[in-house]
Amino acid sequence: MKQGNIKVALVGNPNAGKSTLFNALTGLRQKTGNFPGVTVEKKSGTFKLSGADGQPELSAIIVDLPGTYSIYPKSRDETVVMDILANPKHPDFPDVVVVVADASNLQRNLLLFTEVNDLGLPCVLALNMLDVAASMNLTVNAVQLAMKLNVPVVRINARTGEGINQLKEAVRQVVERSEHSAFAYFYEPKENEIRLIEEVKAMYALDNDYVALQYVCQHDNFSFLEKPARVALDKLIEKHAFDENLFLAEETVSRYEKIKPIVNKSVKSAGQTEQPYWTRKLDSVLLHPFWGYVMFAAVLILVFQAIFSWATYPVDLLDAGIAASIEWTKGVLPEGILNDLITDGIMAGLGGILLFIPPIAILFALVSILEESGYMARVMVIMDKLMRKFGLNGRSVVPLISGVACAVPAIMTTRSISSRYERLLTILVTPLMSCSARLPIYTILIALVVPSTKVLGFLNMQGLVLFGLYLLGLVGALGTAWLLSLFIPRKEPGYFMLEMPSYKLPRWGHVAFTMYDSVRSFVLEAGKVIMSISIILWVLSSYGPGDRMENAEAQVVATMRNAPQEQVNAAISSVKLENSYAGQFGHFIEPAIRPLGYDWKIGIALLASFAAREVFVGTMATIYSISGDFEDVPTVKERLIKEKNPETGQAMFTPAVSFSLLIFYVFAMMCMSTIAVVHRETHGWKWPLIQLAYLMTLAYVSAFVVYQVLS
Amino acid sequence: MNLNKERMSARTVSHLRKGEKGIIKSFTDRAMSLKLLEMGCLPGCEVRLDAVAPFGDPICINVGGSYCLSLRLNEAAVIEIE
Repeated sequence: MKQGNIKVALVGNPNAGKSTLFNALTGLRQKTGNFPGVTVEKKSGTFKLSGADGQPELSAIIVDLPGTYSIYPKSRDETVVMDILANPKHPDFPDVVVVVADASNLQRNLLLFTEVNDLGLPCVLALNMLDVAASMNLTVNAVQLAMKLNVPVVRINARTGEGINQLKEAVRQVVERSEHSAFAYFYEPKENEIRLIEEVKAMYALDNDYVALQYVCQHDNFSFLEKPARVALDKLIEKHAFDENLFLAEETVSRYEKIKPIVNKSVKSAGQTEQPYWTRKLDSVLLHPFWGYVMFAAVLILVFQAIFSWATYPVDLLDAGIAASIEWTKGVLPEGILNDLITDGIMAGLGGILLFIPPIAILFALVSILEESGYMARVMVIMDKLMRKFGLNGRSVVPLISGVACAVPAIMTTRSISSRYERLLTILVTPLMSCSARLPIYTILIALVVPSTKVLGFLNMQGLVLFGLYLLGLVGALGTAWLLSLFIPRKEPGYFMLEMPSYKLPRWGHVAFTMYDSVRSFVLEAGKVIMSISIILWVLSSYGPGDRMENAEAQVVATMRNAPQEQVNAAISSVKLENSYAGQFGHFIEPAIRPLGYDWKIGIALLASFAAREVFVGTMATIYSISGDFEDVPTVKERLIKEKNPETGQAMFTPAVSFSLLIFYVFAMMCMSTIAVVHRETHGWKWPLIQLAYLMTLAYVSAFVVYQVLS
Repeated sequence: MNLNKERMSARTVSHLRKGEKGIIKSFTDRAMSLKLLEMGCLPGCEVRLDAVAPFGDPICINVGGSYCLSLRLNEAAVIEIE
């Protein structure tokens, strides 16, 4: 019997209830991370197995593997499954595999089971969705199935937790069983395949035929094989004239030939099988050529309403709380550099992160509800044709919608797009969707130059302009996708093929967990960047080369001897900034941004926000020296209105400058975290650099045009 | 299973009308057929056109009464029916 922790892997078709079962088994004892060496999200957790006959309790570590229809991967996520199951040295290599099967569609679900079984891994089959099967007039005889498949079969209901204890018991029994009893392959290799298998087995010291076949078919996906090993396998394939595609098709057909009689024996159907009534009813509306779009538009409006209207209450509360705590800390700590660093640097940076939490939390909760309910799959269907016109895929809708909260998690959701080309295009254009980090910039600049008048009696002009900017982002995303599709050659045809799950009520616990998890990863990932930028920015704007800052300060004090103290202080911080490192940077790039209507102060904010857009407003606040006096703090907006252009004496933020800035931020790739995630997801610097270059060019050119036309 | 491209004029799933049924006979594209097989579309299996997305593409077919699969017209055109 095995000592220590048992390792369990959870395998199953998408929509078979795999993640529900995972949650039912682990409860809150779970964590998300990455599989070693790849950026595929890994969910793992622990559960306890009670020991029988006075045996000690066992502890199991369970890993939720990406959902897949077969062990032959169709998307990047799915390659992980075989990379683990074919490699006994992998840290996640399981002692037992729990295969989750949707009982309402047993034949298709058993294909994956027979493949996993043939790899020689001890399995337990968890029969889920028996209630759905029952509603389709299907009854499944689990005992019969267990006998025919030669595997423990457990009837479960992952949603209600029914059968979970029996499943744990079955896992324990498989672990305690000394050897794999009476193992039989479902697929019997043909004559020519056997010769190839024997050679591969000898070469890599394997004892399982099917694993050897996987070495042949999938070695390019195996991270544990070195280059020479892959080349050697390619030579073997050539030597035996092995036709991989033919083999795959024949293997799958022969598996189904084995599965069919088993399913016929163990599944009884009373009358016509049909999808659940409500699913058919809802689909007739939600997939309707007209009402389908109306419903989707309504859902989108609801999502936007939630982010921009509901989220403002918690955001305002947080904002006030952060300002108050900064003020309090400033008063409590002794004055000096440390105080400034903590309040103006670290706390201001932290505040910037916290403000994004409400919109991100709400968006991810809503997206998760849409996915859970099964509606997202319908959205992909009604949007596919439209998206395809731009070189994208119906599945691109999810990243594009998520991009409204934050491009980083949005780009990670592109992994479900199996066509590499369509996935790449989606990654390249997702940052054009206006993320929540742009919202503070939009709000403040719009408030400056757009009057809050009513249009048509009920629409607010400012709201309309805001909506226009979001629309511009979407049009920009689709337009660039189309342009890129003209330049990037398509190597493989894209494909769609998507299972339409039956509609279900969302599991609220799971929605809450997804929300918590996305917020947590946002705070950790983006937070790190924002924090460090705030601190660096603080240092750069607090120190200057040599004694320039001191000299400038002395000069101000000398010239403004009779002015009130408040004015002198403001002037001092302003000249200090001008002579700091940041100020020098601003002056350095001023010639480049002058055609867009920006001065060196905006230049500093641009540079600072290059790392993360959300820094822009904070930097403007710092630059316009408003952080000093807390007695009568003018808001950033009031200060910006008062800012004068030193050359003309007029207001600095004219409509021309403001709209130029707005357009710049709609298009510009001002986010280190996005660059980092694109680098990770595309495995290299080529695409993030191309993306950075075209987005910056687009931003610069459009801002230039806007400024020149309006001024 | 017939994987040859000999009868280009054969009826395929893409020709189905809404509510109409057909029995899968063979596939005309090997790479696509593998994906379809894994999704449970087997020769001999009955399919029914359940829904058509706006603009006529993609379509949703019911596979063997067990579940609903959405695919593009060019993917559906690979599945020959009788």
